[in-house]
Amino acid sequence: MAWTRKILRVNLTDRTCKSEPLNMQWAQDYLGQRGLATKYLVSEIDPKVDPLSPDNKIIWATGPLTGTMASTGGRYSVVTKGPLTGAIACSNSGGYFGAELKFAGWDMVIIEGRASSPVYLSIENDKVEIRDASHLWGKTVWETEEAIKAAHQDPQVRVSCIGRTGEAGVLYAAIVNDLHRAAGRSGVGAVAGSKNLKALVVRGTLGVGNLANPKEFMKVTYEKKKILKENAVTGQGLPTYGTQVLMNVINEIGAMPTRNHKDVQFEGARKISAEAMHEPRESDGKAQLVNNQGCFGCTIACGRISKIDQTHYTVVNSPKYWGASGGLEYEAAWSLGCANGVDDIEALQYANMLCNEDGFDPISFGATIGAVMELYEMGVLTKEEIGIEAPFGSARALTFLAEQTARGEGFGKIVGLGSKRLCEKYGHPELSMSVKGQEFPAYDARGVQGMGLTYATSNRGACHLRSYTISSEVLGIPVKTDPLTTEGKPALVKAFQDATAVVDSSGLCVFTTFAWALSDIQPQLQAACEGDWSMEKLDLMGERIWNMERQFNNAAGFTRKDDDLPPRLKNEAAKAGPAKGLVSGIDKMIPEYYELRGWDTEGRPTAETVARLGL
Amino acid sequence: MQKSLHIDPSKCTSCLQCEMACSFENYGVFNNSLSRIKVFDFHHTGAKVPYTCTQCDEAWCMHACPVEAIKLDKTNGAKVVFEDVCVGCKVCTIACPFGTVNYVAETGKVQKCDLCGGNPACAEACPTGAITYVDANWTGLDRMRQWADKLGNQPA
Repeated sequence: MAWTRKILRVNLTDRTCKSEPLNMQWAQDYLGQRGLATKYLVSEIDPKVDPLSPDNKIIWATGPLTGTMASTGGRYSVVTKGPLTGAIACSNSGGYFGAELKFAGWDMVIIEGRASSPVYLSIENDKVEIRDASHLWGKTVWETEEAIKAAHQDPQVRVSCIGRTGEAGVLYAAIVNDLHRAAGRSGVGAVAGSKNLKALVVRGTLGVGNLANPKEFMKVTYEKKKILKENAVTGQGLPTYGTQVLMNVINEIGAMPTRNHKDVQFEGARKISAEAMHEPRESDGKAQLVNNQGCFGCTIACGRISKIDQTHYTVVNSPKYWGASGGLEYEAAWSLGCANGVDDIEALQYANMLCNEDGFDPISFGATIGAVMELYEMGVLTKEEIGIEAPFGSARALTFLAEQTARGEGFGKIVGLGSKRLCEKYGHPELSMSVKGQEFPAYDARGVQGMGLTYATSNRGACHLRSYTISSEVLGIPVKTDPLTTEGKPALVKAFQDATAVVDSSGLCVFTTFAWALSDIQPQLQAACEGDWSMEKLDLMGERIWNMERQFNNAAGFTRKDDDLPPRLKNEAAKAGPAKGLVSGIDKMIPEYYELRGWDTEGRPTAETVARLGL
Repeated sequence: MQKSLHIDPSKCTSCLQCEMACSFENYGVFNNSLSRIKVFDFHHTGAKVPYTCTQCDEAWCMHACPVEAIKLDKTNGAKVVFEDVCVGCKVCTIACPFGTVNYVAETGKVQKCDLCGGNPACAEACPTGAITYVDANWTGLDRMRQWADKLGNQPA
């Protein structure tokens, strides 16, 4: 079966674990992972709940294709109400943990309440225990995984856990699995920390079998893998250069948010690009990049494994960082680099390792440092307050603040609040480059107009992964659209949002969509899952998931005014590049988008839309 | 012509498609814990190394088996476990110097790579060519070609 049909419900307050059957009607309507877990969450919690209170719940969820041979079939999502935004949070991760959870016989794990002392959850197939984690509290992600594998005497367990930032309530703390894959955004790690939950530890030996049509499944997944292999992006660009393939491309089109979005091109982009990761260093003659890694089942393998320069000031006395480790992906290279004007690629790799080691989102962290540096240059923040001189371009300030944030020391505590709260605290809320409290990723809304609408309407706050219109506006997939115009973008964004909601619910990685259309995923679902999985059904399902999330956010208190961009992007024109002179046309796009969505002028789904989607 | 599995770790991305293909071929499920090929991910160096039975000619497992449950498949050189004969004594798992024959608690028998009867599913599934099924007498051919290229195929 594509679903194990079993949910594990764990109440940390009562210290109880019980198995319950998966609601198969919901599985037909919401598929799995993001869609299905969100359905459970919104049905069970009050939208107004404090995200860090025991009344919030947090769900680890697999999809029907997780743990299968479909390419990239290893994803899981963590769904909760997010503390950074107060909106629905759904963070998706690869690595090997998701498949292991499925192999243990669970579609999802719903965590409720709050443990009175630190605990971790041990899952060995149907043997589930809440175990003491007081000896793990205060440990990093890396230390935790090592300690658990030793204690279990089993190197094959998979661990999904928080680091010290999750314990300390850093509002963008992540949940990290397999050392350097993360459910990274919106602070899902802080929710786990608020529940005194250090880790989920899983060993699954039951496997995934009895698919609806195994023979057809093998045939169709092999055909689809061939498409990925032959595609220029998924077959060559991503395996060779990783997501960093974008650094020079985005910089050239003038959509590279630089120095807290003051500029749209970064003069140091070349020095922190994929190409730079391939070049031998002066110090040791070796390239930073070691090789690439795939997540479970992934035939693309965009993941970067890198080794930092051992002579770099950050690690010269810390041999523990000298080994191979997860290394610069585009978003992190941007947020730690361009957003702060830092062009020292080794410093970026160090900060990136700290994000993995202690589990915090490099996008929100790096973007927050961008705001700190702007406030410093304005004289609002001082060296005394921050603990270091922090002008744009200072690698020392970046790495110092990464250490402080990881450890919860000094000014790191303030950085851990994220840019919205930090900028408000110092009287400049307009300098937070965020939507709904979550920081922008690596595409400037002036240079790629569709991304502005993507950010403004994303249900989890600013995010590129909810509708990656870069595909169309920059790469021409599936058709090229002009990034500088707002025309046609509301329809483009809506189509991407709905399709992505299905991909995020399937167990597959959204990066497949550089080569696959939803119609390539449909036959894989059809062969794996019981029931009828027509394109019409999937299209409607994507829209249903999107509107379900929207309804939750509306009920949580979000309104039309929250679907907006910071004044800088609307008033300060891009200074250079193809978008020179342009601001974001967000105000033009929103009304058209609402109308296409079947929402009223306040951004609420109309009764007719709700009925049409069966919500 | 006899063929053998040939592994080039430098091409492996640790996607585990091979492990899933193995368990699916032999048990009809995707279950890496039942795979006869394992990928080892050495975090500190970044190396990823698939490892399985090399089908020794003088196979320790075959010689050690007290009930002759491991036999040579003459068509492809594989040493094959006959489950109906195997008594689960595990002596072969002790005898094998490489650890590639293992006990399966669920069946009470041992299992090892049998080359899928001459059409190994792992090699078919491997997306990068890290695992191939090639002429057993010429597993060094690729490496020889690389050095030949270095030696004599560079522009003057």
